[in-house]
Amino acid sequence: MPAQIDTGDTAWMLVATALVLVMTPALGLFYAGLVRGKNPLNTFMMCISAIAVGAITWAAVGYSLAFDGTGDLVGGLGHAFLKDVTFEPRDEMTIPHLLFMAYQATFCILTVALISGAVVERMRFGAWLVFAALWSVLVYAVLAHWGFGGGWLIEGGTLDFAGGIAVEMGSGFSALAAALVVGARKDYGRQALLPHNSVFVLLGASLLWFGWFGFNGGSGFTTGQNSVLAFTNTMLCPAACLLAWFALDAIRGRKVTAVGAATAIIVGCVLITPAGGFVSPGWAIALGAAGALPCYAVIVWRPRTRVDETLDVLAAHGIAGFTGILFIGFFAQQNWNAISDGLLYGNATQLKWQALAALAAPVYSFVVTFALLKVVGLVMPLRATELDESIGMDVTQHGEEAYASGEGAILVSPEAGIEEPVPVADSA
Amino acid sequence: MKLVIGIVRPEKANDVLEALYRAEVRGVSLSRVQGHGGELDRVETYRGTTVKMGLSDKVRFEIAVSDDFVQPTIDALCDGGRTGEVGDGKIFVVPLERVVRIRTGETDNRAVTPVGA
Repeated sequence: MPAQIDTGDTAWMLVATALVLVMTPALGLFYAGLVRGKNPLNTFMMCISAIAVGAITWAAVGYSLAFDGTGDLVGGLGHAFLKDVTFEPRDEMTIPHLLFMAYQATFCILTVALISGAVVERMRFGAWLVFAALWSVLVYAVLAHWGFGGGWLIEGGTLDFAGGIAVEMGSGFSALAAALVVGARKDYGRQALLPHNSVFVLLGASLLWFGWFGFNGGSGFTTGQNSVLAFTNTMLCPAACLLAWFALDAIRGRKVTAVGAATAIIVGCVLITPAGGFVSPGWAIALGAAGALPCYAVIVWRPRTRVDETLDVLAAHGIAGFTGILFIGFFAQQNWNAISDGLLYGNATQLKWQALAALAAPVYSFVVTFALLKVVGLVMPLRATELDESIGMDVTQHGEEAYASGEGAILVSPEAGIEEPVPVADSA
Repeated sequence: MKLVIGIVRPEKANDVLEALYRAEVRGVSLSRVQGHGGELDRVETYRGTTVKMGLSDKVRFEIAVSDDFVQPTIDALCDGGRTGEVGDGKIFVVPLERVVRIRTGETDNRAVTPVGA
């Protein structure tokens, strides 16, 4: 089929790319609200730095390894450093190749940022940057090849609309490995470590939902029916998940919580990520409601363990992505997606390929992330010192405070150096 | 009766509270304060502006106790608050003239003794 640019598709994908990119700062805001008041800047910076690192590694080799060719396990290096990535569309696509690359880059960036939730409040910023760069190539690009780019899962028949494999299971199970290698915060299990700004948490989650319309709605790469279906399901599934979460909160603690609601938005969006363009709106609502339960269970159970997977990336992304991927195997409907039916509509093979993905992605991401962090840990310390951790990562990693008052701050003019300022407090 | 005032690092406040509970010292007030005690100043940079933070966040405990509890309170503040670095804080012990428990009107030693002790 000769490649032909469609202006409508291209216009939508330009917008969708920007929508997905804003999800990473939105995640930063969500995460920053969930940590203690001495760490929000460092937490936010881990997400912002994922943009810096992920965009560059993606352009250098990540994109090529994910989307060049149909090797079973990994792509080639034909598009390394964006070689031959130009305005000509890829095969059977209607948008410029360059735009497709940029759109996919935003997915890699967001996935890297997601993992930071497992190691906030104690991982050194430098070690994080090194880990982020290596992970984006060794784990994300490989999983993206399996699920999107022509690897063994997509070629076999696995359906993954917007990234249940690479983004959600990839980040969730890597987060578990990262939490195990980096270790718990020193106060974990001894003191209550509470979110310092729950408004940030809700605002961040809401902004993520907004961006998710580009994430799921853009993953059809057109303005066609699958995209419209995914877009609509991105509204319905999280709404159903919110209602289910309200009910679970009310049953468990007699009150519906705001931080719980923010979590439910994320879980609902993740649940529909793989299934968005493949299941009917009715099944999307069912997925949101039913999928809340396993994620809720893991979120309640995890803090009772010694695993300080701090912001519950495993529950909100790993478990939800796993659930969404399997759900397709049962409830996909060819008269909605024009591709394949699930088990309920008579196609057991689809469930087999969904189950294979749901096994392979967690194993690969956990094992490789675990080994990668062990190796990085041999070269440099992964954690801040206990003293730095207790003072707070904002001051010790970045030399800034999120809520600086300026009281007692003595101006140091650059040419004067910082040798002998007069401490104001002493003059009293 | 004495008023024991302990000024400690905010990140050690929880350890101090834990030590106080272990020493069965129950009546405690605390407030967030800023102070300077000779520790090295932190340098922070915001765009072109570099500043030395001359004041550090501290937590100030105020604990009114009967004479028997003065030493255990001091020990708890020291055990919970010490890191060994400059900036661990200070303890001031001052005499108390009079104490009244508002709810019952009890005064002095009875007023600083926790309910049920």
